[in-house]
Amino acid sequence: MGLTSVSFVSFVLNGRRKKLDVHPLKRLLDVLREDCGLTGTKEGCGEGECGACTVLIDGVPVNSCLVPAAHADGTRVTTIEGLGGRHRLQRAFVEHGGAQCGICTPGMILAAVALGPRPSLHDIKVGLAGNLCRCTGYSAIYRSIQQSHV
Amino acid sequence: MLRDEGPLVPMAGCTDLYVALNFGTLTETRFLDLWRLDALRTIAIREGALSIGALATHTDLIRSPLVRRRLPMLAAAASEIGGVQIQNRGTLGGNVANASPAGDTLPVLAAADATVVLRGAGATRRVPFSSFYTGYRRTVRRPDELIVSFEIAPIRGRQRFRKVGTRAAQAISKVVMAVIAGETPRIAVGSVAPTVVRARRTEAALAAGASVAEAQRLLLDEIAPIDDIRSTAEYRRRVTANLLARLLAPRSA
Repeated sequence: MGLTSVSFVSFVLNGRRKKLDVHPLKRLLDVLREDCGLTGTKEGCGEGECGACTVLIDGVPVNSCLVPAAHADGTRVTTIEGLGGRHRLQRAFVEHGGAQCGICTPGMILAAVALGPRPSLHDIKVGLAGNLCRCTGYSAIYRSIQQSHV
Repeated sequence: MLRDEGPLVPMAGCTDLYVALNFGTLTETRFLDLWRLDALRTIAIREGALSIGALATHTDLIRSPLVRRRLPMLAAAASEIGGVQIQNRGTLGGNVANASPAGDTLPVLAAADATVVLRGAGATRRVPFSSFYTGYRRTVRRPDELIVSFEIAPIRGRQRFRKVGTRAAQAISKVVMAVIAGETPRIAVGSVAPTVVRARRTEAALAAGASVAEAQRLLLDEIAPIDDIRSTAEYRRRVTANLLARLLAPRSA
């Protein structure tokens, strides 16, 4: 099984099966935005520092700017669009001021989804350590996640 | 493939490779994808030694009961690499193969006297970690070989790890140190020389009863830090001396 054998990438995107003819080394971030038309996943730094491009692969948060399309093959990928818009975390971020400019928000929310129900403040800080926000100072984000379970 | 179709760059979690690729600084254009080789992800005890597959991710290391029991300083190092997104993809083999002098797992493997298991089409060979690096970003791995695992014999003594960077997460180290404190101390430091430094003269002096102050002086002779984008040589020297004292202390914060 070599790199060259992959010509199609198949994965389940937000619950729907996708089969795409993309270069195996194309960044998953670009596959999602350009080939799937899902622009909720943002590019920040392009080097795995900021977490803006966080998506879930089989429920696990990853930086989609560092994932080759070939590595999505056979997986379940969840983007912010997959939460539907009425997810408890999305509502809490709106209600508690967890979003300002919004660029980091999809990544923040997906990293929070991966924490499961009722994470401790410590777990939230560790789980979101790879997501940078330049607006909120983080406390509103942490509060949104904690309040999303109330 | 590595032998007959090379040169190929092995790729796994891509947390280093794609940074270079995204910034257009990657000169190589042909890759060998290892990510799906689950057999190289195993963490087990083999013939008394802890064996860690090269594709074990930092998250795997943090969660592994075997690593936490046998080599807790490796779990500590893994938990300070990047954020969870990086920990979920970056691998131990990748951290070693990338050969950055700032690689956070490198001082741990150096202090632990790890063995690097390399496999090529013809044979398997075992290289002591202290002989693996030959210079800045240079290793003894041949183009037709892969790092397949690391072997670590049982360790006696208290294992300590400390990384100093600009912030707790997502920071590349200014100084990173692993110490095994005990009758035969072992000390390794990263980010203070072209490759990770195993401080054998300092270790020998401590084993012979030298004071901490004497050990600090010796250690500063064994490192060669530089001024760069992340820190200065002077800061690194001071932090290295302070970390040594702290990690050798019986109890430390």
